Amino acid sequence: MAENKILEAEEQENSPMYDDEAEKARYQEARKAQAEEDFKKPFDKDALLEVRHLRKAFPIKKTITGKVLQELVAVDDISFKLHAGETIGIVGESGCGKTTMGRTVLKLHKSNGGQIIFDGQDITDFKPSQMREIRKKMQIIFQDPYSSLPPRSTVGGILSEPVNVHKIVPKDQVKDYVLELMDKCGLRDYYYERYPHEFSGGQRQRICIARALSVNPKLVICDEPVSALDVSIQAQIINLLKSLQESMNLAYLFISHDLSVVKFISDKIGVMYLGSMVEFGSKTDIFANPLHPYTKALFSAIPNPNPDIKMKRIALAGDIPSPANPPNGCRFHTRCPYAKEICKHITPEYKEYETGHFAACHLLEE
Amino acid sequence: MANLEDKNQIDPSVSSEGIIENSDFEEVNAVKKEDEPLDKNVKLMSPTRMVLRRFFRSKLSIVGLIMVVGLFVFSFFGPLVYNEWGETELDESGKTIYTTTEIEITDDNGEKYTIYQTIEKEVKDNFLAAPSRDHILGTDNEGYDIFVRLMYGGRISLTVSFIAVFVITILGVVLGGVAGYFGGAIDNIIMRICDILMCLPGIPILLIISTILDAAEVDGKYRIYLLMIYLTLFSWTGTARLVRGQILSLREQEYMVAAEAMGYSTGRKIFKHLVPNVMPQLIVQMSLSLGSMILYEATLSYLNLGVKPPYAAWGTMINIISTNMDILQNHFNVWGPAGICIVIAVLGFNFVGDGLRDALDPKMRR
Repeated sequence: MAENKILEAEEQENSPMYDDEAEKARYQEARKAQAEEDFKKPFDKDALLEVRHLRKAFPIKKTITGKVLQELVAVDDISFKLHAGETIGIVGESGCGKTTMGRTVLKLHKSNGGQIIFDGQDITDFKPSQMREIRKKMQIIFQDPYSSLPPRSTVGGILSEPVNVHKIVPKDQVKDYVLELMDKCGLRDYYYERYPHEFSGGQRQRICIARALSVNPKLVICDEPVSALDVSIQAQIINLLKSLQESMNLAYLFISHDLSVVKFISDKIGVMYLGSMVEFGSKTDIFANPLHPYTKALFSAIPNPNPDIKMKRIALAGDIPSPANPPNGCRFHTRCPYAKEICKHITPEYKEYETGHFAACHLLEE
Repeated sequence: MANLEDKNQIDPSVSSEGIIENSDFEEVNAVKKEDEPLDKNVKLMSPTRMVLRRFFRSKLSIVGLIMVVGLFVFSFFGPLVYNEWGETELDESGKTIYTTTEIEITDDNGEKYTIYQTIEKEVKDNFLAAPSRDHILGTDNEGYDIFVRLMYGGRISLTVSFIAVFVITILGVVLGGVAGYFGGAIDNIIMRICDILMCLPGIPILLIISTILDAAEVDGKYRIYLLMIYLTLFSWTGTARLVRGQILSLREQEYMVAAEAMGYSTGRKIFKHLVPNVMPQLIVQMSLSLGSMILYEATLSYLNLGVKPPYAAWGTMINIISTNMDILQNHFNVWGPAGICIVIAVLGFNFVGDGLRDALDPKMRR
């Protein structure tokens, strides 16, 4: 007992003392300055979508006057670039803010900071009327194919409505256009008169894909499009998405918690933990050389089909902390097997360690 | 229906056998087969047709429908066929009334005599006639043909309640829809107005309005419409709450997020995507409130607030019993038929409403 106390005291003496509040404030300040500096940079002309320091917070407690007392930061300071025809896979545990990020990029949620630059335009503060034009170019495919189709319209109605609203083709050609689109997405022409409830999950997801593609988008956000389907159907849908990407030069923001799927479809991968991006890089870089301990732990969980290969699994202890009350310092330190004293107090900087390979971890500084 | 469903259930299992046959690498093609459980020749039904099918399977709802349709035909086409008497046409064929009075006299000797005196009187109107060939249900205390007045009364009751329900539904859908869709302050305002309207007592205010209408010398035929308009202004609250509740839950569905992502206008989202999905509950609510509106109309007319003689309404016809106790005791044909009509109408609409509710409940698949 007494020994323990001495040890603790020694430890405290050895390690530098941290003032958590001051560190937090300093970090916020630095980040703000960084963000302001980045906002002034010209838009990247090559990128289809550029997200700079995106932040989305939901109020939990409010005063009557509307002042936010406590908030849940679902997406915290996320930046990336997506080029035309490219796929970025976003992985992370449930509740880490992947979906919220996708929807905020589409402006289905209002962002609380940062910039969204799409197709050379800053759409962050676009009004709904201005957004209507942009909506044609960015679409979303949802996780649950059962609730994402209106139950009372036919497939033909669901697919021709956006075409009519956005006047993609002249009125008399709408049906031919829709039938062609259905063919592209692997749907039979006689499905035109059918209702969504008559279809299986895989086919519904095909309808969802066809609806998203009906307006000729440049960017499609795939919000876990295959996680509600069984494995054989998953493969079909992924293959369909890939072939459509080639023929239509689509860019995907592919959100999933299934690492094998992400590995298959993505060019670049972003790993999210508790609302912030912990690692981002090209697929080859990330899989060959994962930098962040969380990424390492995630990848060690991918099952290998070869039973002869002995796998070393890194098991993470504990649960993901509540995003309403995130831990100080590095958000991952509560579960990190390599966590040091500094991790508990100072938030690590998100920076480029190799070309195009970003990470946020103190262990990499050495 | 049962056959079709069976066929659909069998279909996937057939193709799953296909998977076993085409083993190994041809699996993908075989799986593709499974993804198409729909035979081109299998005609599946639209949701509306399925509902109608379930509706007509229930005997009670068919009985209700027959009652309602029967009353409609009786009221609106009856007077065209049976046109010997008009609504306000008195039977002036004359009638002889015998009134017998008895006088008891005691003479000087203490003996009692009873003197019977019968007065024979010729009157102009043939009132309180028994059912006969001339008057199928006889005449009432004024000499109007009851059968004919029953038809005209039905016209009033049915039109008035249909108009009232129509107005109630429109008000309810618009206000409830706006409250549910926009939420926040608008929702609060509309719902508080609802609460206030629900607190106001109906009958006393109706009495006041009726007095005003008397003073303004409004024609007896139209005052009921004015009263019903007043009623509708107070009765939309139930429908509005129903619609609001439904829309609150529907707008969180993913297909509404998809509609948002498609950049549809607010009007399109509310009236093309939300309201059609509230329609089932709305239809049930409408058919049930038709019954209660008929009751309301009858009550008003009975209390002499609504349709006033010489015009006919079912309530007014029952009100005749208040003039003379003899009619209540001995002349069932004067007030009975009107009461039966009211019962048939209310029961019919309630049966239809219940039948629709069961038919529209997707869990009642049988």
